Amino acid sequence: MTREQVFEGLNSVFRDVFDDETITVNDATTADDIEDWDSLEHINLIIAVEEKFGVKFNMTEVNKMKCVGDIADAVLQRIK
Amino acid sequence: MKELEYPFDAEYILNNKKKLKRLLAADGSVRIDKKIAILGGSTTGNIKLILELFLLNYGIRPTFYESEYNQYYNDAMFPNAKLEAFNPDVIYIHTTSRNVTNLPQISDSAETVDGLIQAETEKFTGMWDRLASVYRCPIIQNNFEMPLFRLMGNRDAYDVHGAVNFFTRLNMQFYEYAQTHENFYICDINYISADYGLRKWSDPFYWHMYKYALNVSAIPYLSFNVANIIKSVYGKNKKGFVLDLDNTLWGGVIGDDGVENIALGPEESEGQAYLEFQRYIKAHKQLGILLNIDSKNDYENAVLGINHGDSAFTEDDFICIKANWEPKDKNFAAIANELNLLPESLVFIDDNPAERHIVTEQLAGVQAPDIGEVSQYIQNIDRAGFFEVTALSSDDLKRNEMYRENAKRAQLKAGFADYSEYLLSLDMTAVIRPFEPMYFARISQLSNKSNQFNLTTRRYTQAEIEQTAGDSNYITLYGKLADRFGDNGVVSVVIGHMTDDVCHIDLWIMSCRVLKRNMEFAMTDALVHYAKARGVKKIAGHYYPTPKNGMVKEFYAELGFDKTGEDDKGNTDWILDITGEYENKNKVIKVEK
Repeated sequence: MTREQVFEGLNSVFRDVFDDETITVNDATTADDIEDWDSLEHINLIIAVEEKFGVKFNMTEVNKMKCVGDIADAVLQRIK
Repeated sequence: MKELEYPFDAEYILNNKKKLKRLLAADGSVRIDKKIAILGGSTTGNIKLILELFLLNYGIRPTFYESEYNQYYNDAMFPNAKLEAFNPDVIYIHTTSRNVTNLPQISDSAETVDGLIQAETEKFTGMWDRLASVYRCPIIQNNFEMPLFRLMGNRDAYDVHGAVNFFTRLNMQFYEYAQTHENFYICDINYISADYGLRKWSDPFYWHMYKYALNVSAIPYLSFNVANIIKSVYGKNKKGFVLDLDNTLWGGVIGDDGVENIALGPEESEGQAYLEFQRYIKAHKQLGILLNIDSKNDYENAVLGINHGDSAFTEDDFICIKANWEPKDKNFAAIANELNLLPESLVFIDDNPAERHIVTEQLAGVQAPDIGEVSQYIQNIDRAGFFEVTALSSDDLKRNEMYRENAKRAQLKAGFADYSEYLLSLDMTAVIRPFEPMYFARISQLSNKSNQFNLTTRRYTQAEIEQTAGDSNYITLYGKLADRFGDNGVVSVVIGHMTDDVCHIDLWIMSCRVLKRNMEFAMTDALVHYAKARGVKKIAGHYYPTPKNGMVKEFYAELGFDKTGEDDKGNTDWILDITGEYENKNKVIKVEK
């Protein structure tokens, strides 16, 4: 899976979780860029990403995720 | 909404909460508002959000109070202006075995362990007692899920030092409280965590990362379970089943295969599974759940199958049996109509997705679960929480009998062209007398339950009923009605108080079970009789409108009262002069005085 494909998947996850079809994320997107992205939704987001890509992150990986680019890296790391 | 009916896709619900909430909010359905306080011993954010979805789907619009992280005990035990101002309708205490920190040590004596059990129990019962006295609302309390590890292995279950033993004992203490306290309900997370898989349910990742005491993916199952208790408390349980026959209650098609060839009974595996399912369905009768049949079959064949030698049923187990070639939704609607229930209070059980589709499409709000294969039927129905039991009254236990009697009356009625002939054929006898102690409880209950045939909607406690009965300034009457099909018990109550020679009617109610049976006329006759004996010259009636009692707006006019007043709220006053000759209005009920 290419990084572009991962971002396509991430876009669809973000759109579902925040119920907003206009969201497009990139490497630099953080919680500051999306209004409803609080700590509660962060948990849901991680779980939705895990489900989308059929992966399970460990605590170290989750703790390192500061922006969407980090999430994409972690996904690629897991599925390679 | 199908997405929120069992069996649901928990991940889908979690990932699409916002969309589901938006769709529910826009569906235009009527909902009751309820305030729900969640007192948590761990993170509760998602539990609240998903609970909201399930409640909205059940016709309840919740607003929430959510305690700060792990503040359940402080919120419950100490004055709390915010919670008091919130004034909850329901309190849900979400604690788990993560909240119990004083576990037995192997070196503890048995007495020390007993002391730990007692201390932990008292911590909780103290909380419940205080919440009940301050907030006077239903309390829902989690029991404890089993611990994730067992230091002693299997011995943990029976040794008093074992955590498994300890939580099992604590749970028993909780149940004892539940058995002896009204308005207190256990949310059985011990069962649902086992059902989900304890290893997944208690995945410590979610605790260490987010302080969730359960796997986030399991939250929909927890919230659904809590929602079921709440909707049951607020009277939103289903009331009966409408069941298909072929490939639902037995294997095969009886019209094609013949009664001797359907799969039912202990002889082979498939027949066993159908028999087990039949027994499960039949057991619901004990809870007052009504069983009905909606089958595309010749009636004779349907009855042959129901009376099959290995069948758990006889025809008498069902209130309505519709076996014909009409569309299933038509039969379903007819069954609901005969039972005087809304279609949505009946659950449709059919193996055929096409039939489920037509019924749910044509009849709004009817649930028709995807029941899967015969070996899964029971669990798919059982987990759906249609009949979540939060109270079990003696009326529930008799309900099937009462509905069967009503169905027989309806059959009889169909055979009469003239309504009064039908009424005479019922051989009705009534007992109408001043209040007697053995009926005080029932009279008070009826005054609190009757909404439709209720002129003033005054509610009486049992103590007030007793007091009224003993006061010579009052005329009190209760009416019991029996007929050839059964005894309906106390179904009507009248209370009047005397001012000089006028008797003012404070309360006039009748159970809708006996509408159109002329019982109201028999009550009128008795009232006039007792009033005359007391020297009353006029009876004054009052009608106070509510959203539910429109059916008796003109009741006093029908009895020949004259209207003497009406205010801008629609309250009306009526007078009947009884000084002259009075001719009894009731001609169809034999009355014992």
